[in-house]
Formats: sequence, structure tokens, C-alpha cells
Amino acid sequence: MAHFDTTTNAGQILAAASGGRRRRGDRIFSNAAVVAAVTILALLVGVAVFLVTEGFPALTASSSELPKGESFISYVAPLAFGTCLAGVLAMIIAVPLAIAVALFITHIAPARIAMTLGYLVDLLAAIPSIIYGLWGIFVLGPAAVPVMKWLEEKLGFLPIFEGPASITGRTMLVVGLVLAVMILPIVSAVAREVFSQTPRKLQEGAQALGATRWEMIRTTVLPFGKSSVISGAMLGLGRALGETMAVAIILSVSGGVTFNLISQANPSTIAANVALNFPESSGLAINALIATGLVLFAITLATNFIARMIIARSEVR
Amino acid sequence: MEGRKLRGMFGSQTKPETEEGQNTMSQAGPVTETSSQAPGTVSARRAKTLEAKGVNLYYGDFHAVENVTMTIEPNKVTALIGSSGCGKTTFLRSLNRMHELTPGASVKGDIYLDGEDIYGGGVDPVAVRRLVGMVFQQPNPFPTMSIYDNVAAGLNFNAGKVSKGDKDAVVEKSLRGAHLWDEVKDRLDRPGSGLSGGQQQRLCIARATAVSPEVLLMDEPCSALDPVATLAIEDLIAELKKEYTIAIVTHNMQQAARASDNTAFFNLDESGKPGHLVEIGTTEDIFTRPKQKETEDYVSGRFG
Ligand SMILES: Nc1ncnc2c1ncn2[C@@H]1O[C@H](COP(=O)(O)OP(=O)(O)O)[C@@H](O)[C@H]1O
Ligand SMILES: [Mg+2]
Repeated sequence: MAHFDTTTNAGQILAAASGGRRRRGDRIFSNAAVVAAVTILALLVGVAVFLVTEGFPALTASSSELPKGESFISYVAPLAFGTCLAGVLAMIIAVPLAIAVALFITHIAPARIAMTLGYLVDLLAAIPSIIYGLWGIFVLGPAAVPVMKWLEEKLGFLPIFEGPASITGRTMLVVGLVLAVMILPIVSAVAREVFSQTPRKLQEGAQALGATRWEMIRTTVLPFGKSSVISGAMLGLGRALGETMAVAIILSVSGGVTFNLISQANPSTIAANVALNFPESSGLAINALIATGLVLFAITLATNFIARMIIARSEVR
Repeated sequence: MEGRKLRGMFGSQTKPETEEGQNTMSQAGPVTETSSQAPGTVSARRAKTLEAKGVNLYYGDFHAVENVTMTIEPNKVTALIGSSGCGKTTFLRSLNRMHELTPGASVKGDIYLDGEDIYGGGVDPVAVRRLVGMVFQQPNPFPTMSIYDNVAAGLNFNAGKVSKGDKDAVVEKSLRGAHLWDEVKDRLDRPGSGLSGGQQQRLCIARATAVSPEVLLMDEPCSALDPVATLAIEDLIAELKKEYTIAIVTHNMQQAARASDNTAFFNLDESGKPGHLVEIGTTEDIFTRPKQKETEDYVSGRFG
């Protein structure tokens, strides 16, 4: 989507540069748009073809030929699970926070504070993920240890806090938190943009009925921004699903499928698994890693598709 | 009507809004209660009087409206006329404390709703807006809501729990009151944005009356509508004044003459100067024997 916007702008500039000849400008513009669209499609197809052809040998190989002596499905399933768990956890934490931050900036904070906070949140996006990884393992992880201990003691009856709580902090919960911080800027930037575009006449319409600020937000700003916020959340989810370095550094991995968020034994994620195992792999093992990449690609496409369905359903009433 | 007080009407709303445009009001002095009751109006319910005293309105440093003192009488339609940019909208928005929502905007002077200073200390602007409703120049139904939910929207604010049955009754009554019921009763669950412009404006009127305000402010409610829809709204206004105090801004002289009881003429000396009230009187007086030369020029110029 972002690609589309930039190319469209380029197209417009091209069109404008062609001077008074409107028809020629139009033609250049529409050609540029078509070229851009085809390029994106070609890229997508190219990536998919690469993943399928390179991953295919692993998909068809028998269990004994594969690195760990297990079938590809049982190899990839825990990774796919870990990927989705980390992504969903990050979303659960980040999306409400991003919406709150966006509302605070656009509708609650005085102008000066709003601007400063906006800059600060944007700056979070400029931090490389390796730094987040280091921060997670050296700062957030250790800080989370007593909290996770507490969660185990008080809420241990919930499967997600079953424990035993990690004493290093290299848990799925910490990964989720770090990913949440990483995707916060993009989600809140999208939310901020759309919230600030809520038509004044709608907001005033609510206020003229005696709505408090929160009621005004609930009846006008949130419904107006809903589908864009969902799109923004999907952008964030895409980033969380594909995040490699931060997860690879922080997470203590044992494989297996578990919802337990605070223990030392976690499933890895697809991207982190590729990064950690690629250097020592050769032959069919590489094909297997690429095939897991194909699964990640499919997961990402599926989430985007689902998001689109949600948006479409919320618009047709 | 007792018990509908501006102060402490809603427990959760004790803190005044801290919009940028803090008003710089003098405290309300003792007020002569009900100094301007409308005698002889037969009304189902007694509407309230709005009185502006020495009202000055600003956008930042820009002085938009200067020293307006006038009374908007209950159960009557008061038209605000005058050339564009003379501050009619600005003045109207000060009457329900919408003006201060504009960043940097401020108010000086006093406005009384049945003797109570709506800018007094401790008065909650949200409570003021419940009592003084507003219909805007552009119809602005909530686009994601159904027709039903649009009308019921205000009932969900503050009021706490309104039962479904009560809500149904209020929605029907308001839509009937807005002369819209027959047109929409079979599609209450359809989006309000699917209606025609005139229907949307009547929906907005229904929405405004559903919370039973005392006063209705209308800012050129027909300017975006065709003549048929305009006449429908004018008929409706004539109905509504039995229950409400109505102030309507219009740039249409015929409309002011047709639809209003009193007329206030605003003018400004030159662009960049503040607008001010030239005179207010019965509509008949303003249109046939104005006291001021300016008024006569404006009224006859536009009429002729
Ligand atoms: N939001 C605003 N910010 C600054 N100036 C404004 C704003 N709204 C209106 N004004 C100015 O206040 C004056 C009165 O405007 P307005 O009340 O809209 O006039 P009218 O409704 O009579 O046409 C005009 O000079 C206008 O430019
Ligand atoms: Mg106006």
C-alpha cells in the first residue's frame, strides 16, 4: 500500500511536469500507475515463486532426510504457532495503547505536549531492531522477572501464567512487550492521522447534543477511524510476525507448543528460527528453512486477507 | 421543567472543560428572574428565555463580535440576519458554549438562560449544550449510524440507562416532530447518510430535539437545501416553536420574513472590524419600519 502511494505521487509529479498538455500528462500518469501496479504484482509473484521452488524439495522430502529427522509439518508447526503467538500478543498490547496514544495526541493533550509526544513515539520507529533486542534481554527481561514471578503466584491457574517463571526474563511475554513497543509507532501513526481527520462537523454535532469529550470520541472519532486503525494494526502485525533480530536475541527456545508466556521453554518464531539456523545449514536444511519462509508468507497474506474482510464487513451494514 | 439545572446536573461532570478558549467572564450578578416572559403564547411547555448582555466574542486577538445585548424570547422564532462575515454564526455558537471549542476563542459578557448565567463559574458546558441544542448549516448525521441510532445518539450521552422501549418512543416522537417519520419508518436501521439532504437536515433536527433541549439554535439550516426541502423545514420550525425557543440564522430575507417572529439585524462597518447588533424588533417592524437607516438599506436592498 505504501509503495502505491509513493509511486502515485511520482506519477503525479511526472504528469505535472509535462506542462499544459493535459492529455499527455494523463497518459503518462496512467502508464506510470499501471507500471507501478504491475511491478508490485511481479515482485509478489516473484517472491512466491522463489519460496515455492526453493522450498519444494523440503516439502516433498521424507522425514529421515530432513535435518531433525521429523516431518516438515511437525517441524514448522511449533514455529508457526510461536510466530502467531508473539504477533497476537504484541497486537493485544500495542493496539489499545496505540489508540490511546493517538487519541491523547489528537484530542486530549494541549498542542505543545501533543507535538512532543508525537515526536517521541515516531522516534521509537527509528530505533533498529537489534537495539530493541539488546534492550529486551538486558533491561526489560530482568525487570520483568519479579513481575512474572508475581503473575505465576497470583494468576498461575491461568494456562498463560502457569510458569515456572523464568529467572532470566527471556520469555514470550517479554518478546510480546518488545514487539509491542516496536509496532506502537506505526499503529499509532496511522491512528493519529485518521483521528485527526475526523470531520469537525461530526465532532461538533456530537458536542452540540451534550456529549462529553469521551462520548464525542466514541460516537464520531472511533467509528470514523475504525477501518484505518484496523489497517494500521495489520501493518504492525506484519512487522511483528516478520521480526527477526529482537526475537532471536531475547527468546529462550525449546521448541514445542505452549501458551505459557512466562516460562523458560518457548516455541521459536519462523523468522528468528531462520536467522539462528541459516549460518549452519546446508543442502536440504536450507530448503526447509525457505519452506518455513513460505509458511510465514502465507500467514502474512492470510492476516491481510482477514483484515480486509473485517474492514469490508464493518463498512457494509 | 424544574430540576433541569445547569449546575450539578450530571454528577460526573463537575470539572469545567479546559478548552483553550477559557472565557473571561465577570461573575453573574443577581439576575431579575423571568424579566422577559412571553405573555400570551399558548404552549404545551414553557420554553426558556436566552438573554445576551454585552457579549463580545474573539478568535485569538481578532474581535469578531462586539457588545451584543439582546433577548431571545421563548416560544418564538428569532431570526438573525446580516451580511456574510458579520458574526451571526459566531454569536449563535456562543449561546450554547460551542464558541469556546474553537482553539483560541474567547467570550466576554454574560448570557443567561432563564436567569442563570451559562458562563457562570462551575457551570458545565456539556450541561449547557444539552439544554441549548444546535442544528448546523451542513446536515451532519453520524455516517456510521443508522437512522434510529442517529436520533437516539444523544439519549446515550450522560442520561445513563434509557430503556429500549423509552428510546423507541422518543425516536418515534422526535422523527414525527421533525416530519420525517413517514418517510423513514420502514428503514430505521438504514444509514442516516443514505437520506437526501433535506431528510438529513430533518434527521438532525430530530436528533437535536430527542434530548429535549429548551432552546434550538439553527445556523442557516436550509442553505444546503432545495426550495421544497426548505419549505418543509420552515413548516417544521413553525411547529417547533410551540415547544422551544428558537434562534435561526438565515441569509434569506424571505425566510426571515416568513418564518420568524423577531428579527435581529447584524452588521459590520468594514471587513476586519467586529460585527455588532444594529437592531432587534418584531419581524414586521424590522421589515416595514426599521429604526436604523442601515437596516432599511439592507432589508430593502435584499428584498427589492
Ligand atoms: N474559526 C475561526 N477562526 C478565526 N476567525 C473566524 C473563525 N470563524 C469565523 N471567523 C471570523 O469571524 C467573523 C465572523 O464570522 P461568522 O460568525 O462566521 O460570520 P457569519 O456567520 O455572519 O457569516 C468573520 O470575520 C470570520 O472570518
Ligand atoms: Mg455563518
